Amino acid sequence: MLTEDIRFVEGLKACMNCGVCTAVCPAAEFYNYDPRQIVATVQMRDDEEIERLLRGDEIWYCGECMSCRPRCPRGNTPGYVIQSLRTLSQRLGLFVESEKGRQQLALKRLIGDNILATGYCLTPRNIRPELHPEQGAVWEWIFDNHEDVYGRFSQSYLREGAGALRRMDSGSMEELHRIFEVSGGKEFFATIERHSERKAREMGYDGATEEYMMQTYTYNSENHY
Amino acid sequence: MARRASWQEYQKDIAADNYYYARSCIRQNFFPGSERAFLDILRNDLKINIFDDPLHSSCTGIGYHSDVVPLETIMTIVARQFSLMAEAGYENFVSSCITSFGIYNEILATWEEFPETEERTRRFLKEATGRELVKPRSIAHTSDVMFLHREAIARRAKHCLIDVATGEPLRVVEHIGCHYAKIFPKSGIGGSEFPYVLAGMIESWGGEVVDYPERRHCCGFGFRNYLVQANRGSSVANSHKKLESMSPYKPDFIVANCPGCAMFLDKWQYAIAEMDGTTYGVGGHGIPVLTYEEMAGLVLGYDPWELGMQFHQVDVEPLLNKLGVEYDPDAKFLGRDGKRIGRPKSVAVNCSEQRQIYQIKDNLVRW
Repeated sequence: MLTEDIRFVEGLKACMNCGVCTAVCPAAEFYNYDPRQIVATVQMRDDEEIERLLRGDEIWYCGECMSCRPRCPRGNTPGYVIQSLRTLSQRLGLFVESEKGRQQLALKRLIGDNILATGYCLTPRNIRPELHPEQGAVWEWIFDNHEDVYGRFSQSYLREGAGALRRMDSGSMEELHRIFEVSGGKEFFATIERHSERKAREMGYDGATEEYMMQTYTYNSENHY
Repeated sequence: MARRASWQEYQKDIAADNYYYARSCIRQNFFPGSERAFLDILRNDLKINIFDDPLHSSCTGIGYHSDVVPLETIMTIVARQFSLMAEAGYENFVSSCITSFGIYNEILATWEEFPETEERTRRFLKEATGRELVKPRSIAHTSDVMFLHREAIARRAKHCLIDVATGEPLRVVEHIGCHYAKIFPKSGIGGSEFPYVLAGMIESWGGEVVDYPERRHCCGFGFRNYLVQANRGSSVANSHKKLESMSPYKPDFIVANCPGCAMFLDKWQYAIAEMDGTTYGVGGHGIPVLTYEEMAGLVLGYDPWELGMQFHQVDVEPLLNKLGVEYDPDAKFLGRDGKRIGRPKSVAVNCSEQRQIYQIKDNLVRW
């Protein structure tokens, strides 16, 4: 199934295990993470080992900065391999078996659902200060006074028409929804929800509730370093 | 000498006029003044035509790089953006966002290498919207456009990047977003190793570029590594690494061409100051972090608050004073139509004496 993903085809030719990807990787600086080892594992085509990756935390450490791509002397892209592993992990429902994988529910709801609601990945109202203390006092002031602050820079804030943070027109939103429908985006969202629901119940929650989602968003076992 | 010239091996054609403008999710949230300044500088100062289309959507790139939006879906969304461009009568696509810029280049390259993906995308687009895919003649990032016109901006300069008190060039750290050229080095001015897109602007406008060990290191955004609260330790750790590396070179300011980088290098300075008291700028304050439109706007004499520089957590006033920019301190935090709406609390990286320690310390230690 991995070889059906063009990012896997493009991302891995023949790795000679030099480790340059790991040397430049910002995620490897911080996490117990070694893209060289992941590529070596995948290259062996050992299905058991690949399934172990799909069930584990490791594939979720990468930040997809793609710093590995220009440095690889063999033209591989470990970041693409990671993307294909993550997609497969979600399609098979294995992402819910790891702490970092379970976070996909939070990402689906925070980013994915916002795209379908507003046409944008991020909007000021979903960058809530209580979830983003690192954004600081200025952001809190912007958040509390959003109409006056953004109104200084955009005539169309929360309204239709050209400009920053304009409200998307209904025709464009309909097209966006149809694109997600026909291209498999909505089905993928539903897959994330379905497997999260199952896992949440297994973990003692009353389904993939807000409480479960917030647990995936905030919990850190500190076993990743 | 050979190293300085190496950027010239990576050149690309940037259209000179008639652009189709695609906005950025992150930038319109955190730098709406920069997006407006980009349009104003092109239209009013340089007399260049650019179309701000009210119909395009997010490219959904943050969702794609958070692995919740499938490749097939983002390809179709991107195809719609290109179709809107063609329907509006344009062929030079300009992206305000670095994540989007990387995605546009990646998708065009993928369609080239795997033609069946282009055919599938055409089918999906037609079925979902009735539109036909028309590919752009050129793709540029907004910083490419600013780079192309840097000498025209220099000729209209009201301020140079020079300390008016000493006559010395300001020392500037440039930070290039990873997806500008690490995915496709040929898509960026100077490639991925010696990107020149911001350095060219700094030099043309009188500043001095700071070289430092972690110059090419990621800011740490890492999509899910910031977007999920439990992962933010990874994000701040990478910004910390960069700030520690650049600090001994005493930069007067940082300029970035990526929406996320400009925001994170600003906000994480605040978080680090609150966590352990470390500040990286002169006098116990932070290092101001600018977008390239803010830098260009100051050079052209724009009002800093009309550029949106009040959105920064690290105060920019020390930099404005060095540049000799006149500004009204009382106008900084005014709302629409000059309405008084209060002001943010002052914190560690600010210049005001009042200081408030947030509860962030406990939260960040937990991450």
